[in-house]
Order: sequence, then C-alpha cells, then structure tokens
Amino acid sequence: MRYITDRKRAVGLGSAKSGTSHHWHMQISSIALIVLVPLFVFTFGSALGGTYEEVTAYYSRPFPAIVAALTIWVGMLHFKSGAQTAIEDYVHGFTGRITIIAVTCVAYAIIAVSVYALIKLAL
Amino acid sequence: MADVNRGNRPLSPFMLGKYYRPQLNSVTSILTRITGNAMIVAALMIAWWLIAAATSETAFNRADWFVTSFIGDVIMFFSVLGLWYHSLAGVRHLIWDQGLCLEMETADKLGWVVIGGSVVLTLLTVIIV
Repeated sequence: MRYITDRKRAVGLGSAKSGTSHHWHMQISSIALIVLVPLFVFTFGSALGGTYEEVTAYYSRPFPAIVAALTIWVGMLHFKSGAQTAIEDYVHGFTGRITIIAVTCVAYAIIAVSVYALIKLAL
Repeated sequence: MADVNRGNRPLSPFMLGKYYRPQLNSVTSILTRITGNAMIVAALMIAWWLIAAATSETAFNRADWFVTSFIGDVIMFFSVLGLWYHSLAGVRHLIWDQGLCLEMETADKLGWVVIGGSVVLTLLTVIIV
C-alpha cells in the first residue's frame, strides 16, 4: 500500500502539466474585463471622431486614460492566453510554437505602444 | 520513461464539415473564439490611433482618417458586435464554470440571450456613441 493520495499521484500528469492556472488566469482577466470593457467602449467612443486637440485633451484626463490603459493591458493578456489555447488546438509542433511566440510578441507590443502613448498624452 | 511517445500521439479528429451537425452550442462556442481573435484588428487600430495622437497632428490625422473611414467604421462596428458577443459568451462561461445552467434547455436559452444581447448592446452603443 502506498501512502500517497490519488490527487498527489495525478498532479502534473495531465496534458496541460501545470494544472488549472491558465484557466484561473482567464477567469481573473475576464471578470476584470466585464467592468473595464463597457467603461472603455463609452470613453473611447466619445473620444473617437474628435479633432486632434479634442482627443489629446480628452486623453490627458486621468479617468479615460487609466480606463484605456487597463483595458488594453488586461485585454491583451487575456487575448494572449485565449489565442494560445486556440493555436494549441489547431496548429501543432514547431509551427504552433512559433505562432504562439508571434502572438505573444504582438500582444506585448500593443500593450507597450498604447501605454507609452497614453503616458505621453497625459504628460 | 525511455519509450514515452512524444509529439506523435494520435489527435482527436477535427469535427467540422460533413461529419458534424452544428447546433446552437457549437456555433456559439466557435463564434466566441472567432470574435475573441478577430478583435486583434481593432486592437491594432486603437494602438496605432493612440500612438499617432501622442506623436503629432499629422500622424494623428493619418491614423484618424483610416479609423473613421468607411472601412474603419465597418471594422469598428463588427468589433463592437464581436466585443459584446464575446463578453456575454464569457459571462456564460463563468456561469458554467460554477456548475450552473448546464442543462441543455437552459444552456440553449443562454445561447439565444448571448446572441440577442450582443445585437441589443451593439445597437445601444451605435446610438449612444
């Protein structure tokens, strides 16, 4: 008789190896986005269509800028993980890994570009 | 562990096409994935628009021209529809994750709520914005 629980024997043997952390992080980001997305849609929507002066003035205010930064940041991390799951389903082997790396880089680049732009507009 | 088969294991079949009869649940599921990934186009446009606004008036006018052009409007409209759809479908997943509403009739009903709700929210967004 082995003094080890069923759970202990099963840990790490699933196809995902690391258990449920990926799913858990998708839940965290999705709940954050439920709040952020409506705020972003209506702040960004009211800025869009304005002149250069109107837009730069609008995004130098804290609330729209922070909402935009948070939405893009959390949204892109959520996209990175979601797209990774989709890629793992449809693209396999080396191509799949390259695709995941490319998608991850694009997601981080969008975060960096947007946050830099928002900080510059705020200053 | 020396004879472990790595990378060449059989995969589950890709069940679309003539072998698979689509139903509401599978269609709403695949739409969740399509809308989630398609929003990358809008994200790229928004990032371009923001960095242009932070750069110069000339750069902003160029980005703004594209984003508010006919093509830009069409992309933004479908992105808003996709965004609301994906959000509502995500809420449905969070409900399912709690082990609730998994009965076929309830799940189907929620599927129609997701589809109808996303259309209503999109119309509201178009009216308000």
